[in-house]
Amino acid sequence: MQSEAGVELDAVDKGYGAVQALRGVSLRVAPGEIVALVGPSGCGKSTLLELVCGLGAPDSGTVRAGAAALMPQRDALLPWLTALDNAGLALRVAGVGRAAARVRAHEHFAAFGLEGFEHARPAALSGGMRQRVAFLRTLLAGRPVLCLDEPFGALDALTRLQMQRWLAGALAREPRTVLLVTHDVEEAVLLADRVVLLSPRPGRVVETLDVLLPRPRERDDVAVVELRERALRVLGADDAGALGRELAPAARAGAPARDEAAPGS
Amino acid sequence: MIAALVLIALVGGWEALVRLGGVDPLLLPAPTQVLEALWEDRSLLAPDLWTTTYEVVLGLAAATAAGAALGVAMHLSPALRRALRPLVIGSQAVPVPVIAPLVILVLGFGLAPKVLLVALVCFFPITINLYDGLRAADPDARRLLRSLQASRWQSLRLVEAPAALPSAFTGLKVAAAVAVIGAVFAEWAGAERGLGRVLITANGQLATARAFAATLLLFLLAIALYGACALLERRVVDWIPRTEPGGP
Repeated sequence: MQSEAGVELDAVDKGYGAVQALRGVSLRVAPGEIVALVGPSGCGKSTLLELVCGLGAPDSGTVRAGAAALMPQRDALLPWLTALDNAGLALRVAGVGRAAARVRAHEHFAAFGLEGFEHARPAALSGGMRQRVAFLRTLLAGRPVLCLDEPFGALDALTRLQMQRWLAGALAREPRTVLLVTHDVEEAVLLADRVVLLSPRPGRVVETLDVLLPRPRERDDVAVVELRERALRVLGADDAGALGRELAPAARAGAPARDEAAPGS
Repeated sequence: MIAALVLIALVGGWEALVRLGGVDPLLLPAPTQVLEALWEDRSLLAPDLWTTTYEVVLGLAAATAAGAALGVAMHLSPALRRALRPLVIGSQAVPVPVIAPLVILVLGFGLAPKVLLVALVCFFPITINLYDGLRAADPDARRLLRSLQASRWQSLRLVEAPAALPSAFTGLKVAAAVAVIGAVFAEWAGAERGLGRVLITANGQLATARAFAATLLLFLLAIALYGACALLERRVVDWIPRTEPGGP
């Protein structure tokens, strides 16, 4: 069974009261694979991650997943902890002592470009640094599956590009099974092995695109641009439809749009 | 700086009103007369100030302990929350002057009834502010802890309790400011010492200046307690940037 380190969703339905967040979603992520979930606001992307992380049960269908670590939409760093202690939070929860957690978190600080900021509080860190601390915290949870919920959604366009490149490198060094939720089609194509396109609520899988491109990828590679445009067409970005209006500006401009429309998404 | 100017203006106006306006000093003594009484009766007032301070500090400590326990209990258990909330709120409707004699009757003239009454006045702001602070902890951070399979206790210790500290300190500062009222009512109901008792006897003897001197000491005591709590807050809650150019 692949669910040791992979993820399997089979005909999953999930709703909150009258709101149907997901309908009949089936998805397979092989161990070590990076899969991006792209869709408009409120299409149940975050709900899907919650199910994978065991924060809820589906109304019907099955979810099988290896132990997963969540990186929430906003970084959810604790403002009273230093960067070092925030990064080591998962270790502390797992029962590691304060000093040992600090030592283990600090081993990664140079590679994460956080050296010199060990004792800085989140308020003193830049947006990009905060995301790196949050990602390190997620990595140090030591789970085979990472669920990244719009990791760069709140960053400005330039920082976002740098962080996408950085994340690609970090995942090349520390391969994991990754479910990456994003608004940004380009981000999906740059980072993922496969891009899963979801419909507006209730979220269904509309199409899956294989990104069979060598890494590292550049955003102006012809193949990247081609795939990006294809995904946008599938999502209806060229139509004057509701979906197109919603998705296109966020995806193209890299605007800090967020998924706040639906409860739990 | 501004506070000092306002104070000087107020006190100066008061002095002028009494001196020039011909107000009977038995009704309203001038500030200089109050200070004179304070100086003359200093050896008399010092032990009373000490007694009241002792009662207030102990009562505040008891209220903090009880309020913290109640706030956390109400946060953790919906059943306890439903059971205790009306009592906690209702406790604030109890008129302290009415129950003070009852408490004295049961617990005697010693320290215990004073501490109890101070705690009764103080525990409400502490409990409610702590409880609200615990509930207001970042839901994303709580979800994160749940995804890490943190225990209820870990979530409380690592996320909710630190997140509640700023709000809890607000409650503590409110409590510190009103604590002296509890002590004064308790002493009125029966005490051998304390600034509340000074007030009663001074009023009986028409020693208005001395009564005002005792009130001035209560005023300063409340400010000192508040200041101590604010100082503690700055040391403990050191992650919130404060914008206070020029100091308090």
